[in-house]
This record gives sequence, C-alpha cells and structure tokens, in this order.
Amino acid sequence: MTTHYLVLSALLFAIGAVGVLVRRNAIVVFMCVELMLNACNLAFVTFARQHGNLDGQIIAFFVMVVAAAEVVVGLAIIVTIFRTRRSASVDDANLLKY
Amino acid sequence: MEPAEKIIQHAGGVIGVSWLMIALPLLGAAILLLGGRRTDRWGHLLGVAMSLASFVVAVLAFVELIGLPEAQRRRGVELFQFIPGMVDMGVLIDPLSISFALLITGVGSLIHIYSIGYMSHDPARRRFFAYLNLFVAAMLLLVLADNYVGLYVGWEGVGLASYLLIGFWQQKPSAATAAQKAFIVNRVGDFGLAIGIFVIWTTFGSVAYGPVFGAAGGADQGVLTVIGLLLLLGACGKSAQVPLQSWLLDAMEGPTPVSALIHAATMVTAGVYLVVRSGAIFELAPTAQLVVTIVGVVTLLAGAIIGTAKDDIKKGLAGSTMSQIGYMMLAAGLGPAGYAFAIAHLITHGFFKANLFLGAGSIMHAMNDEVDMRKYGGLRKFLPVTFATFFIGYLAIIGFPLLSGYFTKDGIIETAMHHSAILGWLAVVGAGITGFYMSRMVFMTFFGEKRWADDAHPHESPAVMTWPLIILSVGSIFLGGYLILGNTFMQFLAPAVGRPAELPVFHFFSVPGLATLALVAVGAAFAWMKYGRAQVPVVAPRGSFLTTFARRDLYGDAINESLFMRPGQWATRFAVFFDNRGIDGLVNGLAAMIGGTSGRLRRIQTGFARSYALSILFGAAVVAGALLLVGNL
Repeated sequence: MTTHYLVLSALLFAIGAVGVLVRRNAIVVFMCVELMLNACNLAFVTFARQHGNLDGQIIAFFVMVVAAAEVVVGLAIIVTIFRTRRSASVDDANLLKY
Repeated sequence: MEPAEKIIQHAGGVIGVSWLMIALPLLGAAILLLGGRRTDRWGHLLGVAMSLASFVVAVLAFVELIGLPEAQRRRGVELFQFIPGMVDMGVLIDPLSISFALLITGVGSLIHIYSIGYMSHDPARRRFFAYLNLFVAAMLLLVLADNYVGLYVGWEGVGLASYLLIGFWQQKPSAATAAQKAFIVNRVGDFGLAIGIFVIWTTFGSVAYGPVFGAAGGADQGVLTVIGLLLLLGACGKSAQVPLQSWLLDAMEGPTPVSALIHAATMVTAGVYLVVRSGAIFELAPTAQLVVTIVGVVTLLAGAIIGTAKDDIKKGLAGSTMSQIGYMMLAAGLGPAGYAFAIAHLITHGFFKANLFLGAGSIMHAMNDEVDMRKYGGLRKFLPVTFATFFIGYLAIIGFPLLSGYFTKDGIIETAMHHSAILGWLAVVGAGITGFYMSRMVFMTFFGEKRWADDAHPHESPAVMTWPLIILSVGSIFLGGYLILGNTFMQFLAPAVGRPAELPVFHFFSVPGLATLALVAVGAAFAWMKYGRAQVPVVAPRGSFLTTFARRDLYGDAINESLFMRPGQWATRFAVFFDNRGIDGLVNGLAAMIGGTSGRLRRIQTGFARSYALSILFGAAVVAGALLLVGNL
C-alpha cells in the first residue's frame, strides 16, 4: 500500500518540478510549486500512517500553513508585476541580475 | 700619582643651593619662551640678568669651596630621586666642575651682553636670549651633575640648544640644513655615550661618579676599554673630533655670538670634560687613552689644515676651534699630567676664541654681514677696538710668549713630548700651521688695501659689544700665565682629578718650546708674504690640489657621503623597491585575482528564475544521490 502512495507522491512532485522548469506563466509556475508541496505532504502523511505516529501529520499541517501564507504574498507580487508590466511571464521579470 | 679625593656630602652655604646656577637660566628660558611677545621689550635684559645671577652664584660657590681644606674640596649635594632605585640626582661641586661653571657663566654672561648689541635689529631677539639661557642651564647641568645620567640630560640639552641656535635664522635653507646636520652627526656620538652609560650601569650597578670611580679598579680591563671608547665616541660627536668633525664648520650658519659661546668656548669642550671627568676609567684602560691621544692629534692637524684654506672668517675660526680642542683632547688622553693643561687650555681657549669670534661678529656687524675675508682688508683704522682685541686674541692663540695660549699650549706640547716624541712633534707642527692660518686671517682682514663691497661703510661697534671684547682680551693676556706658572691650576684641580707623581716645571726656553716659536714665526712670515705684502685677489684663485683638499674640509663630507649617505640611500631605495614590488605586488596580486575571478563568476547570475530553479533541482538531486550512495555503503 505504502509504495503506491509514495509512487503517486513522486509522480506529483516530478510533474510539479517539470512545470516549474518549463512553464513561463507565473500563475502556472506557482501552481506547480503548490503541487510539489502537496506531493511532499502526501509522502509525510503516508509515512506517518506507516509508522503509526503523528509527526508526519503535524508537518503536513505546517506545510499547509506556510503554503497558504506563500500564496498570499506570492499572488500579491504576481498581481503587482502584472499591473506594471502587463505580463505574468517569469522570463520577463529578469531585472535582478549581474 | 695621587688619586682624587672622596666626595663629601655637603649641607648649607652657597654650595648647598648651587642648583640655583642651573635653575635661574632655566627659569629665564621658561619665562621668555612661555611669555611670548609680552616679554619682547625686556626679554634680553632678563636673559642677561639670569646669566649674571648664575655667575654670581658660581663665584660665591667657588669662594666657599676654596675656603675648605684641600682634601675636602669635593662636595656633593643631593637633590631628588631622578629614577627611583637607580639615579639619585645631585650636584657635584669640585674644582673641575666649578672651573667649568665659572667659564660657562662668566664668558656666557659677556656673550649675553654682547648679543644685546649684536642682535638689536633682529625681530626675534627675545627667542634668541631664551635659547641662550636654555643653553647655559643645560651646559651647567652637564658639568655639575654628580652622575652620568644627569650629564646625559645636560648633554642632550646643549645639543638641543645648539640645534635651535644654529638654525636660528630658519628662513635660510642653509641654516636649517646646518642645524639638522649638527643634530644628526651628534646623534652618532650620543648613541655611543648612551651605550657607554648602559655598560657602566651593568658593570658597576650605579651611574653616580663616586661609586663608579671607586669600583673602577676592580673591573675587567676589556670592559673599561669598551666604556672608554664609547665615551670617546660621545666626546668626538660633541667636540667635533675626527671622525665626527663635519658638523662644526656648517654650524657657523648660526648667529656669531652662538658660534662664540656654543661652538667655541663651551659646548664643544664638553667632550674634553667627559674624558677628564672619567679619568679614573681611562687611566685603567691604556688602549682607550691611546685612542684619545690619536684622535686629538689627528683632529688638531685636520682642523689646522682646514683653517688655512677658508676665506669665510667664521669657518676659519671653526677649523681653528677643532684644532685647539684637538690639543685639549690630546692632553686629556695623557692622564693626570695632562688634565690640568687640557682644562687650562680649555679655559684660556674659551677666552681668546670667544674674543676672536666676537671680534669676527663685530667685523661682520660693520661690513653688512659679509664673511668673506677677501672682501675685507685695511679694516685696522676703521675698527680700532675690534682690531686691538682681535690682535690680542690672535697673539694668544698662536702662542706669542707670555700670553695665555703660550703657557697652556706649550704645557700640552711639553707633556705630549714627554709621553711620546711623535705626538709631541705633530703637536708642534700643528702650532706652526696655527701661526700661518691665524696670521693669514689677521692680514687679510685688517691689513693691506680695501677690497670692500661698494655699499660697505665700516664703523666701530657700540660699547655694549666692545666692552665684552676688552674684558675677554684681558683674560686672553693674563689668564694662561696665572693658571700655569707655579702649577696653580694643577694644584687646584688635584682634589678632583688627582695629580702626577712629580709636578712639571715650566721652562721658558726648552727645545719643543723654541721649535714651536720658530715654526709659528715661519708660518706667520709665510702668511705675511702671501697675504700681507702681496695683493689678495678678491676672487679666490683655483689653487693647487692641496688647497682644494683643505677647502673641501679634507673631503670629510665626501667621505661621509660615500661611506654612509650613499649606501643608506641604496638601502632605502632597495627597501622601497622591495615594498612596492614584493610586498605590495603580493597583496595587490591577490586582490586582483579575487576581483577577476568574482567578475567572471557573477555572470552566472542571469536573472532568469527558471534557470535558478534548475540549478536548485540539480543540486538537490546531487545531494539526494549522495545520501543514497552513503546510505547504501
């Protein structure tokens, strides 16, 4: 049983990672990050069940809290960038460099 | 020989307050320097008053001292703890120190008075008198201190005063340079003196004269020789003896009263004082004594030869001073038989040389500060008092029979002859050269036809300048005979420096004495032929190789330059090169390397968030792979 959950978690994480690397739209990239976070949550919960303790569950809650906070800040930034530059492409936002 | 007497602690009387001799001029200097312009109007009078007050204390202390029985004439007065557990500062009044104190304050006061007239037009006259007072205080500390550290403090004090006064006209670059030269050359000598005092401290565990001389007999002869040679190095620096002679001629850049007081009568004789005071050490170190006599003879000849070629009247007199101090040094190296003659010559020289220098100052005063004797000539009628006093000083220095120099210099020559024929005859030759260069000076200045500049209007100096000249010339006539005939001075000094087994008898007609007189006469006659009868060219002729040799101070500066200055410059240039290329190169290279690498590395920062994400993923994969690999091992 555990293996299935872990394979699903790995698949979700890989999809998320590829999405972050290949997509330009900041909203999509953002959603892919969420996907990776939730893949991790799944792995944590799986191990918590397998070992019969609550550590993994607690961490999963923490990740959700952090993800919620991240969404608040991240979406605000994306909206602000879109308003000023009329674009949500992460490749256009490349001013911070050498 | 009979050794010196023990030092007895003294309380009360004038001797008990003899520190006033040092304190009064020091107070004068402090008031004049700290008081600033407010003291301008009466500053010179205060300076003279302080010097005269010091002279009065010295005379009273002298009277009290000769009132004591001969065996008790070394009186120590404790003052304060200078360095706790090491140096107790005190004053030592004995025949040797009181002789110096009388000379310094007596001649010093006359020169102070003369300076009122000489410096009357100088805007910085007050500062001049402050420095003169400072000098008198330091010089008195030098001779009155009862230990080597006190002597050293005075020694540095006179060095400072000398530096300040040589460079008194600091707007003249030549004066500023001369002051620095004097200071630096003296540093070499002072270094020797300092190390000598260190060795004395480690050897005897004390720096006070009483304990050191008392224990000198038990010390190792090698150590005593080292101490003697180090003290001699100090003496050479201060007294302008070969090889540290080069500063004295340049020191003539200072005002003439300074040349008379510091660079003729008193400070430059400090080296002789040091050697005579340390007699107990030198007598146990024959090698050091031999070196003292050799230095003396070499310098008396070198100074005399330099004196023959100088057209600058003050530089001629400076060469003569070197030469005369060479005589004193020679005598000081001959042990108790010579000490009295060394100090007697020092005192008479103090009188006639101060007389000659002040005379030269009077001439310069009359001739718009011209110092070139080729532009003098025929001044006899225009400066009668200066001429008369200068001529007396001239007769005294060449050793004209019955004048001061005759007795004291003859005494040195006889004693040297007794010691070693070579030293004696070289001293005779030196006397002959003295006869030539001093006659040359007198003939070029006072005789012959006028060779003045067009705007020169020579006039006799005011009374405030001529009276000191007259008093000094009286001393130049009688002092030598008074001190030497009947061994008056030798008997007087004996409690301080000991006396030889048999007292010398002064012969009016001895072989060396007659030979000296004959050579002096030949020298004077030769000078008359070349500079009295013949016309003196206004522009100096090129002259032979020998003339150039003497004119350039026997290449003393050239030797110093090639031996010390050039290698020193090379060393500094190498150090600069090594610093610039080696050390700076290393540091700068390292910095440039780091900067260059960083410049290349920063190109990685592209600004594309997705490429950062890729490298994070790649890094995380590497870390995960590594963990898996390690976990499997």
